[in-house]
Amino acid sequence: MEEFIKVENVYFNYMSDEGDEQEPLSYNNVLNNISLNIVKGEFIALLGHNGCGKSTMAKLLNAMLLPTDGKVIVNGIDTSDEQHRYDIRKTVGLVLQNPDNQLVASIVEEDVAFGPENLGIDPKEIRRRVDEALKAVDMYEYRCHAPYKLSGGQKQRVAIAGMIAMEPQCLVLDEPTAMLDPKGRDEVMNTIKRLNKEKGITIVLITHYMDEAVQANRVVVMDSGQILTQGSPHEVFSNVELLKRHRLDVPQATELMYRLRGRGFASERMPLDADECVEMLDSMLKQGKGI
Amino acid sequence: MLKDVTLGQFLPGNSPVHRLDPRAKILFLIAVIVYIFITSNYFSLAVVGVFIILIMLLTGISVKLYLKSIKMILFIVLFTGIINLFYGRGEPLVQFGFLTITEAGINNAIFVAVRIALLIIASSVLTFTTSPTDLTDAIERLLKPLTIFHVKVHEIAMMMTIALRFVPTLLEETDKIMSAQKARGADMESGGLAKRVKAIVPVLIPLFVSAFRRAYELATAMECRCYQGGTGRTRMKSLHFGRVDFVSLLVCLIILAGVILCNVFLPAAVR
Ligand SMILES: Nc1ncnc2c1ncn2[C@@H]1O[C@H](COP(=O)(O)OP(=O)(O)OP(=O)(O)O)[C@@H](O)[C@H]1O
Ligand SMILES: [Mg+2]
Repeated sequence: MEEFIKVENVYFNYMSDEGDEQEPLSYNNVLNNISLNIVKGEFIALLGHNGCGKSTMAKLLNAMLLPTDGKVIVNGIDTSDEQHRYDIRKTVGLVLQNPDNQLVASIVEEDVAFGPENLGIDPKEIRRRVDEALKAVDMYEYRCHAPYKLSGGQKQRVAIAGMIAMEPQCLVLDEPTAMLDPKGRDEVMNTIKRLNKEKGITIVLITHYMDEAVQANRVVVMDSGQILTQGSPHEVFSNVELLKRHRLDVPQATELMYRLRGRGFASERMPLDADECVEMLDSMLKQGKGI
Repeated sequence: MLKDVTLGQFLPGNSPVHRLDPRAKILFLIAVIVYIFITSNYFSLAVVGVFIILIMLLTGISVKLYLKSIKMILFIVLFTGIINLFYGRGEPLVQFGFLTITEAGINNAIFVAVRIALLIIASSVLTFTTSPTDLTDAIERLLKPLTIFHVKVHEIAMMMTIALRFVPTLLEETDKIMSAQKARGADMESGGLAKRVKAIVPVLIPLFVSAFRRAYELATAMECRCYQGGTGRTRMKSLHFGRVDFVSLLVCLIILAGVILCNVFLPAAVR
């Protein structure tokens, strides 16, 4: 598989310049020896408590922050290489949590054009990219609207379009659905999945919603600046005890089966969503197993 | 409630005025403002007035919206009008105590009120028919020559773009904070001036804090989108100063000639 983003033994703390002498370094570290390989075309979900360093991690991936120790390498380029900083930001697009504070222009299409304009691209090519990006997030009809008149989900999709127009190979989304209602969340999730499937854009999705995490190829769970566990959604969420011990959530369907197991239900697998859970319960009840 | 502000609001459309180059429109507005102030009698005022009203009708935007913009500052129009009413010399027509109204006073009052109204209409034509980005873009390009004096033209234009973008967001936020403070029992509608001003403080402080937080986040977002200042930046929409734009400026010059002729050859009615 193709090497894309490599995070190698990264330590990070926000006070690296002053250096707090009294406390040992590890107390201040927001990230503590993190290593992670991201492959092209992958869809990764990054989970973890508030303050465990997910947003910090996201900003390290596109050179908004530089590791205190260790390396982040994107397409063979070290993020601390100042000359290539904008190449890295062009390759790894970061979408922040609050869409309200990410939109620069007063017209949707002009906002989407902001990134490509910064890259010095030819006006005709910008036009093409803007139209394509807006179509990709299903916001083309709104291209002449004012952002403040859009709903939260629509704004977030415009923010995503603004990143796609720069044609990144990877999108890092920091809790893009945190402020949205279920409908807005669905819109954004569908957009993300479509970009991953149709355009082959690598996705790193930071989220607190387990039902979003189960849709990824790989789930990475962080806890106090370290990677607690990672693997396919099935692998990660089957280990309910570990997650519970660190007071992390599991999807509802998994939680249900976990509790049923505690009552003597003999299920071999852990379901991830309602559909799968219904299938399993149905077949088990029909076979008369476990009762 | 704060969202009903019409002044400075862009109304997309496809009229000839909408299609003019924004640079032409800005020059046009500056010219018209000068004309309004050099008119010295009713005839030249009428020339400028008719000209502005024709352009206003040409935009295809409902006259009601223009009236709404005037209404917002109706108080200023009336106030300056009334002050001027008592400011004329000559034979008093009516007298209330020490206040006298003369013919010159009446003329002054009408003149000032009409001038302000025309100013509002003319600037509304510009803001109604030009998108904020076009506007700042045009200003950036018009001011470009100033870069030789080390004026940061691009930065100024970018600041204006962002300010315009955040006006509705901050207005909405002000509304929210005011409701939140009211829900906590703050009283903003009664009491004297001093009390009301004091009641604004608990609204302003959260507003400022949040504005700074927004600014910080926006800066991060702009950096994520590879913003590196004006150098090496291209624009999606390029402006074209075409034949129509030249013709419109030519018309503007003809009107200037009309105003000057009226001023010089027809009897002065004011002052
Ligand atoms: N700009 C900063 N300066 C100093 N400390 C910071 C800064 N930003 C974050 N931190 C600290 O770093 C730690 C990790 O923050 P981070 O924002 O990465 O967490 P997170 O996992 O994204 O949390 P959340 O789920 O709430 O978004 C927190 O303890 C936080 O207090
Ligand atoms: Mg975060």
